[in-house]
Amino acid sequence: MLEPSIVKDEEVEYLIKDVYEMYGYDFSQYSRASFKRRVNRICLIDRFTSFAELRYTILNDPEYLKRFVEEITVNVTEMFRDPHFFKSLREKILPQLGTYPLIRIWVAGCSTGEEAYSMAILLKEANLYHKSLIYGTDLNPSVLETARSGVFPLQQMKTYSENYILSGGKKDFSDYYTANYDSVRFDKSLQEKLILSTHNLVSDSSFNSFQLIICRNVLIYFDRELQERVFKLFDNSLENLGYLALGAKETIRFSKLDRNYHQVDDQRIWKKAEHM
Amino acid sequence: MTSASGRRQSICNTLIMETENTKTELVVIGGSAGSLQVILEMLKKLKNGLGIPIVLVLHRKAYSNNILQTLLQQFISIEVVEIDDKTEIQNNKVYVVPADYHLLFENKNMMSLDFSEKMNYSRPSIDVTFKSAAEVYGESLVGVLLSGANADGVEGLGFIKKNKGKVWIQEPETAEVDYMPKHALLEVACDLIITPDNLAGYINQL
Repeated sequence: MLEPSIVKDEEVEYLIKDVYEMYGYDFSQYSRASFKRRVNRICLIDRFTSFAELRYTILNDPEYLKRFVEEITVNVTEMFRDPHFFKSLREKILPQLGTYPLIRIWVAGCSTGEEAYSMAILLKEANLYHKSLIYGTDLNPSVLETARSGVFPLQQMKTYSENYILSGGKKDFSDYYTANYDSVRFDKSLQEKLILSTHNLVSDSSFNSFQLIICRNVLIYFDRELQERVFKLFDNSLENLGYLALGAKETIRFSKLDRNYHQVDDQRIWKKAEHM
Repeated sequence: MTSASGRRQSICNTLIMETENTKTELVVIGGSAGSLQVILEMLKKLKNGLGIPIVLVLHRKAYSNNILQTLLQQFISIEVVEIDDKTEIQNNKVYVVPADYHLLFENKNMMSLDFSEKMNYSRPSIDVTFKSAAEVYGESLVGVLLSGANADGVEGLGFIKKNKGKVWIQEPETAEVDYMPKHALLEVACDLIITPDNLAGYINQL
């Protein structure tokens, strides 16, 4: 069923202003079409019948704010989504990264961590894991808790296993986890090089330099201006000759960055040029 | 044409006469199983100077890359574009929603993609795009629902109608899988019943 239209356009603006002033989360440059859907969706799930009710709860219950932020942002993710993208990483990018003594990778907006775990598996199979660090960041502390636990629903494993094979994986995907009724626990070793931390792409700055930044299907929720800000943040966080990987339908074509980066392969991966 | 469909046709034609004055700014077409043939037939007959954009929301496999765009382009000289996030909407183009994303309209100039939960077991969901288009385009929208095996799109057509847009539904007897159009005819007051043969003609007249 489609979400109802409980909250009107101008009410969305009030809400964004309230949440920013009271809690410091800035959603003002989120794409309105998606954001409005999420607000109406949360009204449906949490049974608010009017905007006033939702607003009152947010303003008076800091605990509820956590849930609001979690539901308002989209946390849907998969392991090895777009297998051809991961195949490209495996075949074209990892051999390049292998020449560095220490490989630093940032999975920005990692949600529950599926792509960070996928990355760990790729690095293991390329024999580069021992000299790698994967930073997974998200604005939601709660999704990072899931990522930290390494426990994922069993029902997804069939799809993930197919994706893994299509990405060029040669092993038995089930070697990487232990099944337990309706969930699986991924191998502890996949967490050894994984550093998880909160980071807000809207308001936080660069915290390290990387050779590869992966940020897939996060920027689609931002308007172009905010996308440009985040591209700048990535540029500041990327070493020369480093790589930026986006979602299958995201592009830096509309950005100032376009001039200094060139696309690798037919995937949405760009390499930073050397001068600069 | 049977008498039942003939009757539907005449009711629908009266309705379209009444709303004819509004200028259409966008045609959004949703389809599932059995809709591809209808789309191909339509593309062959669309006129070149189509003054409006057409957006296609078709159910398909998650990893189909841009095969659909390449296929469709072979049937038409108008440019067929697979939508990237924040694509600007231009007249005289046919836009295809990429596999595994929902499509939303920010305004009449820009489209966004969305990777939120599936709707009606579908991503892209026709309902999601129909509703978003209805909110942005109001009465200047034409929504078309074609052949298909699930109910995705029916609720969205309702939103288009509520926002005074026009609703066209494929004649179920001409649909390879009639569940979707049949369901739609029961739930939404349609403005026009179309067939694979006459869809392009009606769009050309907008």
